[in-house]
Amino acid sequence: MSNNQNKSAMWKRLPIISHYRKAVGLQKGMLVIGLFLSGLFVLTAAFAPLIAPFGYAQSADEEGRFGAQEAPNAEHIWGTTVGGYDVFSRVVWGTQTALMVIVAAVVLSIFAGVILGLLSGYIGGWLDKVIVVIADAIYAFPALLLAIVMAIVISGGQSSMFGGIMAAAISITVVFIPQYFRVIRAETIRLKAEPFVESAKVVGASNVRIMARHIFRNATRTLPLIFTLNASEAILTLAGLGFLGFGIEPTAAAEWGYDLNRAMADATSGIWWTGVFPGLAIVLTVLGLTLVGESMNDLNDPRIRGRKRAGKNGKSRESTEAASAPAVHGTGMEITNE
Amino acid sequence: MSEAVNAGDAPENQNPTSARDAVLTIDRLKVTFATDAGDVHAVKDVSLSVAPGEVVAIVGESGSGKTVTAKTILGLLPETAVSEGAAILNGQDVISVSAQQMRQIRGRDVSMVFQEPSTALNPVFTVGWQIAEGLRAHGKVSRKEARARAIEALSKVGIPDPEHRVDYYPHQFSGGQKQRVVIAAALALNPGLIVADEPSTALDVTVQAEILELLRDLRDKFGTSIVLITHNMGVVADLADRVVVMYQGDVVEVADVKTLFAHPKDEYTQKLLGSVPRIGANSASATLNVKENPFGEVLVEAKDLEIEYPGRLGKSSFKAVDKVNFTISAGEVYGLVGESGSGKTTIGRTIAGLNRATGGSLKVLGYEMLELKERTFKPLRKDIGFVFQDPAASFNPHLTIAECIAEPITIHEKRSAQDGLARVRELMDAVQLPRHFADRYPHELSGGQRQRASLARALALNPKLLIADEPTSALDVSVQAKVLELFREIQAEFGFAALFISHDLAVVDMLAHRVGVLLRGKLVEEGVGHQIMNEPKHPYTRRLIGSLPVPDPIQQAERRERHREMLREEALGNVGY
Repeated sequence: MSNNQNKSAMWKRLPIISHYRKAVGLQKGMLVIGLFLSGLFVLTAAFAPLIAPFGYAQSADEEGRFGAQEAPNAEHIWGTTVGGYDVFSRVVWGTQTALMVIVAAVVLSIFAGVILGLLSGYIGGWLDKVIVVIADAIYAFPALLLAIVMAIVISGGQSSMFGGIMAAAISITVVFIPQYFRVIRAETIRLKAEPFVESAKVVGASNVRIMARHIFRNATRTLPLIFTLNASEAILTLAGLGFLGFGIEPTAAAEWGYDLNRAMADATSGIWWTGVFPGLAIVLTVLGLTLVGESMNDLNDPRIRGRKRAGKNGKSRESTEAASAPAVHGTGMEITNE
Repeated sequence: MSEAVNAGDAPENQNPTSARDAVLTIDRLKVTFATDAGDVHAVKDVSLSVAPGEVVAIVGESGSGKTVTAKTILGLLPETAVSEGAAILNGQDVISVSAQQMRQIRGRDVSMVFQEPSTALNPVFTVGWQIAEGLRAHGKVSRKEARARAIEALSKVGIPDPEHRVDYYPHQFSGGQKQRVVIAAALALNPGLIVADEPSTALDVTVQAEILELLRDLRDKFGTSIVLITHNMGVVADLADRVVVMYQGDVVEVADVKTLFAHPKDEYTQKLLGSVPRIGANSASATLNVKENPFGEVLVEAKDLEIEYPGRLGKSSFKAVDKVNFTISAGEVYGLVGESGSGKTTIGRTIAGLNRATGGSLKVLGYEMLELKERTFKPLRKDIGFVFQDPAASFNPHLTIAECIAEPITIHEKRSAQDGLARVRELMDAVQLPRHFADRYPHELSGGQRQRASLARALALNPKLLIADEPTSALDVSVQAKVLELFREIQAEFGFAALFISHDLAVVDMLAHRVGVLLRGKLVEEGVGHQIMNEPKHPYTRRLIGSLPVPDPIQQAERRERHREMLREEALGNVGY
């Protein structure tokens, strides 16, 4: 019985679900739009083989070549690119690439960032100073420049699908580790002075035990938030790399930044479809993830979080009237007393 | 007159004539907050009135709605609150007025003194500027005039050399002086009413006596009415004319101060008054002879103990504890008393190995703490229990109560999960915590229950020594009484030695066999509990005991006189310590 209660409470405490239950008004609207866009993104990535009519590198079918820069028509609903690829299929396949980069980048950076943050914050001393200096040095680099350098180092600038994704993911990881590191370190330093950590020390718990059992779970509360914000940044970095020509070859995987790069020349000659659709895909995906992140941020803070007015179920109106006219007050009170 | 008001002790039937010329009349106030867990009715039905020159104390424990009532008077409730009823201040209902009118009312008709003076003042402006801010908000004043009036306000509250100190910044004042500045700012426009929300709670007891003296002076000299919000019955007895007792959002009793303390009518008031600790009422050392020492082997021995905190670059280090000598024997409760900054907590933490000793000698269970190494000290940790001040913060919020209590057992003993759980149940029984609380999380428990759990965790390994650092100062007085009683029973049953650290002499007297009094890192007096309380030798101890307000208005008035006398003598004789 109590076990069941605990279980239902467990799923209600999960990040996004608990946020949804708390949200009201505009904040709920933001969260819902964000969740819808992000959900659409993930679903498209998962079912890309079913949704896309052609392959990402397919420029011909049984009836022959598609033809370059064809306007949207019945066969190619969003037209074709200068390279003769189907725009709709490229955009749909592109979600897969983007999702894989996000997952790879976040998985790589979150582990390193959290562990470094815990160690640096808890142990302190010279170890802390060295790690902080390195993290600050990485911060000083423009993220995109660093990503370009990493892309060249890892894959020589051009590569297969896996190589391209890993190059993008690792270069993003390098930029993200300091972010996770900073957040976790700051939380760890704050938690280190908390009485419950001191009480663990007094009891004789080892440092590893204190870090793993007492600090880790309390320090990672803000991670879902950074995760969503970083995911959108990862997409932008990937698109930026592709746009500058350091991304993934069109034959290896579909990638929105690359498509945008190739669409640059089209824009001046009135061929709008090659640029608008990949561009929209980037904007909507980033918007969706950012909306989720931002509304989570607002909902996490009890001071910003909106609430329903006290005295719900239409009674609220009555009570505001009662406040200005004390005569009605008696009746309002009786209702609540029953 | 106040007798007449009490005649109808139901708050709704208050004498209507007294309400007409009252400074403040609150009528059937009801405040509801919207929270994540639904509506919370913080104030359910409160009616009261304050006459000119009257000090009305609103007393209650946490969650009784006393602070919410006070904030309503100034229109300071957050957006999530909805208030009903009326709060009439000089003919205007502060609940229904516009925000603009409310700004006019604040400062001119009513102002507020906050609990924590160090956060109520803005650190980047001079105190003169901050006092004058209220003047500027209510019409144009020249720079010169504002300064002159700030100086006047400062001299009213007894800040020496106000012409000079008006240009000081808040950090240049002590805590008590800061509270005087806050009061000066509240007085700047001569409001008829001051709402003081726990004005002396954050201050040391000797400073508290001064601030209460100041508030009484203001009432006598300027006829200012005061609404005093407090949980401390001693403060009420010292200052209030009339008392409103609140419990869970309702007024349970209204009476003038002498009647309330002599003949409390409501059951809750009786319980509240009964749980206030008093010196000598229930002394642990009552039966103890001064010369004999009935206790066993010495567990903690400090000899010329010095503890320094390293200073920042270029600054000398700070000596928190200076040449302190004391011993704690097996089975003995040693009470360490002192005001903030006296080094009492530092000593407790050093014994537990959380701070380092820097000079002299400190032997804990035979281990020299001067050469503390975590690896060699760890085996001894199972013999030392520690109870922290804030029970809410000393539990990991992600672990259940059972897991928290079991933490020392899992670290030091290799028991099976079943065996460990059995031990946890045993401990929970010992501290009178219901067994079904085992699966709850710390935030689901009340303050008193959490402190019981904290005690259970400290006792998990049957320690020889327990260090309790202000274990009850975060608790309500009725809860405190129960926890102290429990502590006494368990100490008698388990027979551990304890270092009991507190700023509250009455609490220490209830528990400690021997007492040490600390002043700025030095142990100024030490002895058997009742001896220190009844015949204090050092002038500081005398002053400490003299400033402690007792929960009895008549007795307190006498004590106040004696305390004043003593201070005057000290000033004449120039007693230094």
